[in-house]
Amino acid sequence: MSTVQGLSRRLFLIRSAQAGAGLTLGMSISGQLLAAGEATDFEPNAFVTIQPDNTVVITIKHLEMGQGTYTGLATIVAEELDADWSQIKAVAAPANTKKYANLSMGFQLTGGSTAIANSYTQMREAGATAKAMLLAAAAERWKQPVSSLTVKSGKVIHAASGRQASFGDLAAAAAKQPMPKKITLKNPSEFVLIGKAKLSRKDSGKTDGTAIFTQDVQLPDMLTAVVAHPPLFGATLKSVDASQAKALPGVKAVVKIPSGVAVLADSFWQAKKGRDALKLQWEGGSERSSEDIIADYKKLADTPGLSAAKKGSVAPALASGKHVLEAEFEFPFLAHAAMEPMNCALQKDSKGVEMWYGCQGQSWDQQNVAKVFGIAAEQVTINTLYAGGSFGRRATVGSDYPVELAEIVKAWGGSAPVKLVWTREDDTLSGYYRPMYVHKLTAALDASGELSAWQQRIVGQSIMGAGKSVDHTSVEGASNLPYAIPNLSVESHNTQEAVPISWWRSVGSTHTAYAVETFIDELAHKAERDPVEFRLALLKNEPRYAGVLKLAAEKAQWAKSLPEGHFHGVALHKSFGTYVAQVAEIAAQKDGKFKVVKVTCAVDCGVAINPDVIAAQMEGGIGFGLSPLMFSEITLKTGKPQQRNFDAYKVLRMRHMPEVSVHIVPSAEAPTGVGEPGTPVIAPAVANALFAATGTRLRKLPVGGDYFTA
Amino acid sequence: MAINFTLNGKPAEVDVAPDTPLLWVLRDELKMTGTKFGCGIAQCGACTVHFNGNAMRSCSLPVQAVEGQNVTTIEGEVSPQAKALQAAWDELAVYQCGYCQSGQLMSAAKLLRDKPQPTDDDIDQFMSGNICRCATYQRIRAGIKQAATSLAKEVAA
Ligand code: FES
Ligand code: FES
Repeated sequence: MSTVQGLSRRLFLIRSAQAGAGLTLGMSISGQLLAAGEATDFEPNAFVTIQPDNTVVITIKHLEMGQGTYTGLATIVAEELDADWSQIKAVAAPANTKKYANLSMGFQLTGGSTAIANSYTQMREAGATAKAMLLAAAAERWKQPVSSLTVKSGKVIHAASGRQASFGDLAAAAAKQPMPKKITLKNPSEFVLIGKAKLSRKDSGKTDGTAIFTQDVQLPDMLTAVVAHPPLFGATLKSVDASQAKALPGVKAVVKIPSGVAVLADSFWQAKKGRDALKLQWEGGSERSSEDIIADYKKLADTPGLSAAKKGSVAPALASGKHVLEAEFEFPFLAHAAMEPMNCALQKDSKGVEMWYGCQGQSWDQQNVAKVFGIAAEQVTINTLYAGGSFGRRATVGSDYPVELAEIVKAWGGSAPVKLVWTREDDTLSGYYRPMYVHKLTAALDASGELSAWQQRIVGQSIMGAGKSVDHTSVEGASNLPYAIPNLSVESHNTQEAVPISWWRSVGSTHTAYAVETFIDELAHKAERDPVEFRLALLKNEPRYAGVLKLAAEKAQWAKSLPEGHFHGVALHKSFGTYVAQVAEIAAQKDGKFKVVKVTCAVDCGVAINPDVIAAQMEGGIGFGLSPLMFSEITLKTGKPQQRNFDAYKVLRMRHMPEVSVHIVPSAEAPTGVGEPGTPVIAPAVANALFAATGTRLRKLPVGGDYFTA
Repeated sequence: MAINFTLNGKPAEVDVAPDTPLLWVLRDELKMTGTKFGCGIAQCGACTVHFNGNAMRSCSLPVQAVEGQNVTTIEGEVSPQAKALQAAWDELAVYQCGYCQSGQLMSAAKLLRDKPQPTDDDIDQFMSGNICRCATYQRIRAGIKQAATSLAKEVAA
């Protein structure tokens, strides 16, 4: 059919497929096959392979979804190895919980901004071990003591004799060396890559269309599956008439699966037309609207909940307060809306199952898919590809879309590979939303204007499925308030709804930071104190919080007056161990609305591995956090999500993006993640600026069209 | 139905239902997967190609409209503008997940062809049809400006 060539990529994927399960295959960023374990390769551990051609292949156990983890983790290994940055290649690790578990979780998962934090020492040791063995090999070859050798930019050097050898030269000899008993890690003052240079990214192929995402997987005889899902959460299929669909060209099969009805066809468009031609009847499902849910949540917020944090006694302090302030906040459901809608490719053969996709939770997915087929988890091979974003969506405990594909292949029973493709609508309607929440806050300023009492009640679904216990992910960012408040009570109510929910970039902080930081601002105004100074006074014992706040205020020239029509606001938050403060500047527009023009961001994430990746994550995190402030929401009407695509589920575009400057606090603390912590701070910072401009406190998100032009 | 058109300077022929969007013809029939699917309703720009030199959302262009016309995709976009943009993208580490970037680059290349020295307003207007969920907008803007500067130098030299 096709007369156009240019299919080397396809060929590559075919070869990769033909190689089959079991063989350690990495997909190199340049699109070549990397077969690990060849005789002359030096593979001292599960993370480093040095090839005779002098390439250092670093196996990355975390999913690259834009956060820069290929670059970040490679930097750490390269640093201890003293490799040259240009010889480094990063490849995805296979699914193997034993070798590649997230050390902060015990299973293979990317999330919680943990990639750097959990891997830091592990990656340093992987690099240092390899270096020690290269040194031993060179010492043996040149008959010189190791102490007389140095390593620099990918070369082992014997300065006295002027001899040097590349890593590739030494690979075979290094492979024969015994594992070093003891390795020494560098002193941070010796770092040449970490925190220093702006290093090119190691997830390349992303500017010329050659990077392979799940959507791009092409395998011989592959079919595409498109699924009709129930219109309501919790509904099930009553009947399906597939006769018209089956008669359409290209349609190969229609199968019933637990999550709906799947149409398999030669191409996406044929499968989608087949899906559209199905006559479906559903039954059951929740018909609750967003208003119903909010009304119930508000009632609950008036009653005491499970105690998440407690200090002093709140009731008497509130009763004796000079000023008592109260505020109720509403947060909607949010879809992740990653740029690449969810998708997955799978092929089953007699040995097991092979999958190709942007897998975020290898351990869960392996187990859940194995269960569908009744095979062992080890028989599920996962080739982790680049993900076109995730923001939490690709990691679900029940592996929703990988399991959906497994069910399709099982119900169909054929042997050809199948790619499940969700449309944008399928993706937006699929749930796994950031849950809706209501917060009720009450606080008191005493006679001397000091913050004397704080009560916060948080109502919403528990992501972790906690019943009668506090779900940490519902209260994080509120239960660990940094502010010195003598009397405090943070409580939560776990609710039950039919809507599937999940973590969404920065999880609990998406709502707690907003409620806390706008309410603190309100209290500062009530106390007639400067919002920065008011916060600093409450942060006397929190130097790292105070540090980012001071830095952001200084860089934004907080004290200086702004041009006519410009207003600023500040907010501060720690999530996943990383401290972030932001000053947002907004400008009134001719039409009476506003534009966020400038954001000054200070971040303390411990040792800054890659300053440019950190800056990129702050910029992106800020942009991501502006969408739910301005426009994004999923609302339910008699159970049905009202937003299906980007026409109604509005997100940030170029014309809304402020100029962001990022300032990193120098630190020798252990490094923490940066993928999420930039996100939760921006909405309260802008809301505080909007208050400065309008005198109105905005307590229901998104603030919408009254304030911002979509 | 057989449809003939010029793709990246070479003749292409496909035999598909005439209502099939160009995007899916490129991806599924011609196996050219650089052009991405993001929304299917001309809202996100991930599928942007050049159609007779104009930036066009291929998800909303039935392939029958392409008969006899000229289509360029990211794989075949080798204009000086595209080269300068790609160099700037790498140097400034513009991309994050990368999924939107084929579309961003195709739009930006067209912008630079029309306006060699685009203002911030030009960029806002022309690039707001391309969503980046990773919000790399600041670096896209910087990348466009850097490419514009380097192209101007080439012309001057
Ligand atoms: S896929 Fe065409 S504009 Fe989104
Ligand atoms: S780089 Fe991820 S959507 Fe743009």
